[in-house]
Formats: sequence, structure tokens, C-alpha cells
Amino acid sequence: MTHSVDTTSKLVGQPLLRKEDARLVTGETNWTDNIQLPGMLHMAFLRSPMAHGRIDRIDVSGALAMPGVVAAYTAADMGAAGIPCVWPVTDDMVAPTFPVLATDEVRFVGDAVAVVVADTRYRAADALEAIEVDYTGLPAVVDMEAALADGADLVHADKGTNKCFYWELNGGDYAASKAKAEAGGGKIFHRRYVQQRLIPNAMEPRAVVCAPMAATGEITLWSATQIPHVVRVLLALTTGIPENKIRVIAPDVGGGFGSKLDLYREEVIAALVAGKLGRPVKWTESRSEGYQGTIHGRDQIQDIEIACAADGTVLGLHVELLADMGAYLQIITPGIPLLGAFMYNSIYKFESLHFGTTGVFSTKTPTDAYRGAGRPEATFAIERIMDDLAADLGMDPLVLREKNWITHEEFPFTTIAGLEYDSGNYEAATARATELFDYAGLRAEQAARRESGDPVQLGIGVSTFTEMCGLAPSRILSALKYVAGGWESSTVRVLPTGKVEVVTGTSPHGQGHVTAWSQIAADALGVPFEDVEVIHGDTKMAPNGMDTYGSRSLVVGGIAVLHAAERVVEKARRIAAHQLECDPADLDFEGGVFKVRGTPGAEKAIQAVAFEAFTAHDLPDGVEPTLAADSTLDPNQFSYPHGTHLCAAEVDTETGAVHLRSYVAVDDIGNVVNPMIVEGQVHGGVAQGIAQALFEEAVYDAEGNLVTGTMVDYLVPSAADLPHFTTDRTVTPATTNELGVKGVGEAGTIASTPAVVNAVVDALRHLGVDDVRMPCSPQTVWRAIQSAAAAADGGRS
Amino acid sequence: MSTVRIHVTVDGQAHESDVEPRLLLVHYLRDSLGRVGTPIGCDTSNCGACTVLLDGRSVKSCSVLAVQADGHTVTTVQGLAGSTWHPVQQAFHQEHALQCGYCTPGMILAAVDLLADNPDPSEQQIRAGLEGNLCRCTGYQNIVKAVQTAAASMAGGAGQ
Repeated sequence: MTHSVDTTSKLVGQPLLRKEDARLVTGETNWTDNIQLPGMLHMAFLRSPMAHGRIDRIDVSGALAMPGVVAAYTAADMGAAGIPCVWPVTDDMVAPTFPVLATDEVRFVGDAVAVVVADTRYRAADALEAIEVDYTGLPAVVDMEAALADGADLVHADKGTNKCFYWELNGGDYAASKAKAEAGGGKIFHRRYVQQRLIPNAMEPRAVVCAPMAATGEITLWSATQIPHVVRVLLALTTGIPENKIRVIAPDVGGGFGSKLDLYREEVIAALVAGKLGRPVKWTESRSEGYQGTIHGRDQIQDIEIACAADGTVLGLHVELLADMGAYLQIITPGIPLLGAFMYNSIYKFESLHFGTTGVFSTKTPTDAYRGAGRPEATFAIERIMDDLAADLGMDPLVLREKNWITHEEFPFTTIAGLEYDSGNYEAATARATELFDYAGLRAEQAARRESGDPVQLGIGVSTFTEMCGLAPSRILSALKYVAGGWESSTVRVLPTGKVEVVTGTSPHGQGHVTAWSQIAADALGVPFEDVEVIHGDTKMAPNGMDTYGSRSLVVGGIAVLHAAERVVEKARRIAAHQLECDPADLDFEGGVFKVRGTPGAEKAIQAVAFEAFTAHDLPDGVEPTLAADSTLDPNQFSYPHGTHLCAAEVDTETGAVHLRSYVAVDDIGNVVNPMIVEGQVHGGVAQGIAQALFEEAVYDAEGNLVTGTMVDYLVPSAADLPHFTTDRTVTPATTNELGVKGVGEAGTIASTPAVVNAVVDALRHLGVDDVRMPCSPQTVWRAIQSAAAAADGGRS
Repeated sequence: MSTVRIHVTVDGQAHESDVEPRLLLVHYLRDSLGRVGTPIGCDTSNCGACTVLLDGRSVKSCSVLAVQADGHTVTTVQGLAGSTWHPVQQAFHQEHALQCGYCTPGMILAAVDLLADNPDPSEQQIRAGLEGNLCRCTGYQNIVKAVQTAAASMAGGAGQ
């Protein structure tokens, strides 16, 4: 398909090709690792080879004697506070200090112990081998349930517990729902699902460069980060360097998916070391180093119970979750399960909800946000159990869902978790998906294969999802004890020559904000798309921002761009009215031109107004020179995209191999700014969700070693591993913003994992299989089949 | 450490350099020559982000030593375009086959090599042919489409 662009109408809604691409397809890029500065030194980190140990002795003198080595530091040399966690989810949360280098103990494989600074990256790496460390091994803590038992080995002995927190959310009365189900001959249906640990794998490894200026005490820090503004604040708090002396730049950033949504130790150390040495320093992680030192995602055990009436009407939902924090808390580690808490009831009309979650420390790399952050886990659990419940009740899984979902007439709808969903049409998305999928045809084929005993069985997986994104209304963040706001900022300037600069506080790393914000601003100002430049990712050029994560950029940041542009138009209107000698209310603004209503020819283009605002020779009283305006937008509500994803999987019952035959994704994200970009976001999101379902797992052994420590062992899928996706959209505009748009960055990832696992289980259910643990590798699937067969044999004997 | 003198032509420019025998080609390109358009995505030769053409054939430049490139010609993404973009570059733009763009240089050069071998590949041949190049953003669908578009464009160009 080629993308057709209608040049006669608004730019918002059209598949304009991206402005970002020209540099990226020609290699004219500015990744952090590309930066070379005069006198620049290279840092390398010595990392713990063991999960848990006491540091008895550390000696860096050997490293200092190596060629090219300028310095070597240990924790004793680092005068910084610990890495901050900004989401203390409960008042009694256990929050151990996360030192920038390990002090007395190492607590995960990859824990940073020392840093070497040398004139080349090779020499810095060489010198690590000359550092001597004596460790006394301590017990690894790798299993969450064992970690919570009495007498368990402790990750942080001084805390006396491995429990980080317990947090709960209750709506309605679950006990009453359960009693009602039991009294009415209904069901109490329980499942345990496991969210394996995942490694985000942004294609660009993390990297940081820091340049100090001794005379003024200023530093400039370039980082492969999603959050330059947040890094600046936290770097100031952590290092004591005044915030107004710190400039953070996120240059070209090669993906994030949550893994670059942190203040990391290496960023703090780069700032400290650059200051100590008075020279620029650089560090770029190797992929394998990143697998240990950059956050992981998921890693939860979900106990979910559903109470339903005999006819399948769901009544109550009870969820208890264990969430592995890893050894320390990073920026929002403990908050990840909370982001899922409100989504377990999903699109359904439960009468009651209990959600409880226990955070648990382990001797593993810290977890934090990975694409979807809490919502994929919630969606997986509810969509898996709805499929299992349907099978148990002998109902079609789509029929069970339809019986229980919020109908389109019922919006706005306040859920049992207390959220108000503004809009949605689950019926329409599901109808479109089943049509594209040939649901009836595939069900018939499935029946035929079962009948014939085909060794390759067909399964159909359903996922009808919604999610909360567009992080976030600041007052809700406050109620959840998150210590920052969820606003976003923009400045729009029309320059004297009529060209436009849009400054945004969002920090794109693949999302296409430059293109999309240009579309929004060009429409609002009536200027050509080509005349708009977007400035982002630099705290000196775009000083106000809360950055990019949580599918927030468009619904918060993009709307801020719109508001700023509208304010520019209003200022321009006053100037134009003054010069055209009319009342501002008598001006129509069309296609970038102010026209006096009823007086043909009396008009002024916004570019001409910008020049008048620049010369300031003839401005109305009370109007200041230059044509620019700001907006800082705090959203009133979250955004609630939804959709229906359907997956057909062929499962070879003899080998356990899963082949995805077709995948249909119908998403409803309201109106769209650029459908080409939206489609790309859905493709990539679905791919990552499939990766969790079928391929990826960060495996630790009983001693706490990361077994999947390189890309050889951790299976990021290639083009050959993934199917063609059929995507479409239904359009139910959001009522919470002027553009009617909803977030899309995480939707595909949230929706697809349960669709795929449901398909695998559906293919095997007649063999007695009712769950397959992720990732559904051939071995795991084959074992599930064998285990079901053995259970059936046992039942007969 | 002792060094070895090498002669390498990179993107049309001849270079004479003294390098450590252990220096990887990708580090030679990036750190010695400043040709930073070729990025590094892993340390195990899995991701393919650093793919370049060595005498016209795709190689992962993290898996070639600079000394092995002695006497040879290297083409990076920065040397692919002539007066206009290469059809594969154009197709990646046209089909939205990139998001963050980090895998793009390697993906483009792997696709150039694939199309040199097979000017009219099927979807499955493209997927298999690009198996050594990982992308985390696109789910590959638009990359496959871009290679098909480039193939059609190059076939059309060859007929003129």
C-alpha cells in the first residue's frame, strides 16, 4: 500500500512521510556514542560476577598502572546520594539505598563495583582485569515465594525482610460477590499465571557523555535517555550540582521501551568523574553489560480468581500479585504493579474488585517500566482467565466477553477500579476483527482438525483489551504517592520570516513527534508542514518537560502543542485586528490568513503578523512584541484506547512448535494524527507482545546467574520469526481532548500477548492442556502436552 | 601494542592507517575514521546494526577485524547514496520502515545485498534474508514492504 495524502484538507489525520527519516536513512545521525570531544576519556565498569557477596577487599592499583589509564574509583570515592526512587507506593515501603557503586555488598550479577577511566575504550576495558576484588559469597535470593518465607535468606540483611511493600485497591465487596456466585450455582474460578522476566532490548545500547566546564561549574550531559528533563532534576538532587548548572541532552535516541526511563548510576558517575578530572568522559554499554545493568521488565506471579454467575455473568475479581523488584528500586520500580491494578477489570462490568500486590526483593537486576508497564500483565491475566472461563462454561470466548463488557451506550462509564472511561465501542472493534479474521471459518477448520486428529492443531486466541495511558493527571499521581506531576509543555513561535518553531517537552526516540507535532502546529497556524521545525530533548532549548513514556506524548504533549499554537493565533488575531482596524471578533482565520468578515481583500497572513510582532512598530496597546505562546497542560483524565486482537496459531502436537498463521489487530485509538505512524506503532507493539508470548525470557539459575546473558541466549525475534499482521481501526473519538485522540504506543504490546497464548492453549485444550507457561517455546508446549497426557493416563488408572 | 598498516577504501575515500590487530572494523570506521553512521547494537554478532558492504557483500563489521579489510572496499550507509538516495533508502522512507532508526543502516545494507542476490524476493525470502538483522520498533512488516518496493523500483530502473 502506498500512502495517499490529501493536500486539500487538514494535515492531522494524514499519513505524511516522516521528517525524521532523511538523517536516519543516510547515517547522518547523532547517537550519544557518536560524540567525540577534545580530551575525552572513556569509562568502563567492573561488575559483580556473583548474585550476592560481601566485598572484603578491593584494590584498583593494578588498573592504575595500565597503559592509558587516568583514574580508577570505587564507592569510597563517590560522594553522591543513592539512585532515587520517585514512587514510594506506601508509607512503610522498604527502600534500601541504591549506591552509585556497590559499597559493602554486591547484590546482583552486574552490580557496579568500580569504574576505570582511560584514554581509549579498549584500554579502559583492558584495565578492568587488573582490579582485584575479594568477595565472600552470600546466598542468592531468586524465588519470590521462598524470599517471603520465614527465615529466608535476605537481600538486604539490615532491613530484616525481603518484602518491599504491600499495596491494595478494593472496589465493591468481593466476599459478597463470591457468596452470590456460590449461592446461585455459579463458579469460583482460579488461575495462577506467571509473567516471566523480560529484557527491553532497545536497539541502541545506553550511552552517556559528560562534558564539564570547570570555570563555571556547569556540565553538559548527553544521554541515550527517554527523560532528559527528569534526569536533570534527579541528577541535581543526587550529585548536589545546582540544577541550573546542568544541561541534559537526549540527542538521537534509538528506542527505549521503558529501559531509558531512569536515572542510571552511569549517568551520575559520568557527571562526578567528569567533574573530578575536568575532562569529558564517555561510557557506552555493551549489549551483554546492558543485560545486567539496565532495568528488566515484568517478573510477576499472578493469582487471579473470578466469581461468576451460572450464566457467565462476571461478579467479582480477586487478584493477588507478587512483583519482583530486583535488588534495588529504580525510578518507579514499585509503581509498576500499581499501573496495572486499575486494569484487571478491563472492559468488563465487575461488581467488585480486590487487587493486592506484594513487592519482593531478589538478587537480580532491578525491574522497572517495560513497554506497557503493569497493563500488559493485567490484560494478560484477565484475558487469559476469560478464555479459560469460557472453555469451562462451554461458551464461545467472544460470547462470554460480549455478555460482560461495557456496551457503547454506557459510556462514560465508571469502573469498579474507580476510573471513568470516556469513550469506546467494543462491539464495533470486535465485529471488524472477526470479519477480517474469518472467525467462523477458522472455528470450522479447528473443529475439522480436531475431528481428524491432525497432528497440527489450530487454536484461536482472543484479546479484547483496554488500557489506561496518557500519563497522567497530576492529582491522581499525587493520590498514588508518585512524587512528580504528569503535565507536558510546549512553546510555539512564529519567527520574523514566518517560519515556525515548536518546542516540546516530550522526548521522542522513534515515535515520530517531529512529524506529528508539525502536522498539529501547521493545521492550527495555517502554515505549510515544511515550515515547522520541532525542538526537543535538550533542557536548554526545551526547558520544561516531563518527557516520553506511558503513551503520553500525543494526548498530553501533542495537545499542549495545539494549545500553544491556538494561543499564538489569538495573539496574532489582536495584532491583525489592530492593523486591519477591526474588532478581533470580526476576523475569520482560514488557511493561515486573517480576513475581515464581509470585507473582501482586507486580510493579513499570520507570517506577516509575525513580522509586525518582530518590528513592534505598530502593536495594539497591551500586546507585547514577538509572536510566541506557551502551554503547560495537565490532563484531567487518562486516555483509554481499546481494541480486539485475534490470533490463529498452528501448534504441532508432536514437536510443540507454534506457527502463527494469522494475526488481526483492530485498535480504536479515537482520531489519529498520522495513520502511517499509528500503524507502525501497532506493528511494533504487537511484535513485542508476541515476543513475550513465544520467545523471550530472562532466566536466572538458582545461584542468581543470568543464564540468558547475551543476545545469543535471549531470543529477540527476527523478521523470520514473526507473521504478517492485519491491522485496522475503528474510530471512537476521545472526549477528553480537542483532537479526540488516544495513546497508541503500548496498545499492541498490551493486547497481543494474551491473544497468542490463548491461541496456543485453545489449540491444545481438547488434549487436556489448560495453560502453557510463557514463553511458549516448543519445549514448553511439548511438555504441557505430555503433562496433560500423563494426567489423563493417571486419571484412568 | 604493536600496530599494522592497512589500506582501506571507505565510501570512496582511500585511507592508510596503523591499527592494533585486535581493532574491530566497526570501531575503525567509527572511532578512527569518524564514520559514525554505522552503529553498534550488540557484542555477539546477533543484531546486524553494524552491517556494511565489504567489496559489495554485506558483513557485520563487528565480526571483521580492521586488518581483514586491508586492501578492500567498504561501503557504509553514508556512502550508499549517489546524487539521489539508493532505491532501498527511498523505499525505507516511503514505507515507514524505520522508527528509531538505529537498526536502519544495517537493515538497508543487508537489503541491498539481498536484492543483489535475488532481485525479486518473496515475502518469506525477505524475512529469511534479513534474519540476521534485528529491529525492535517496527515488527518488520514495513521493512519487508520496503524491500519489495525497492525491488520493484530497481526492476523498473533496470528496464529503462
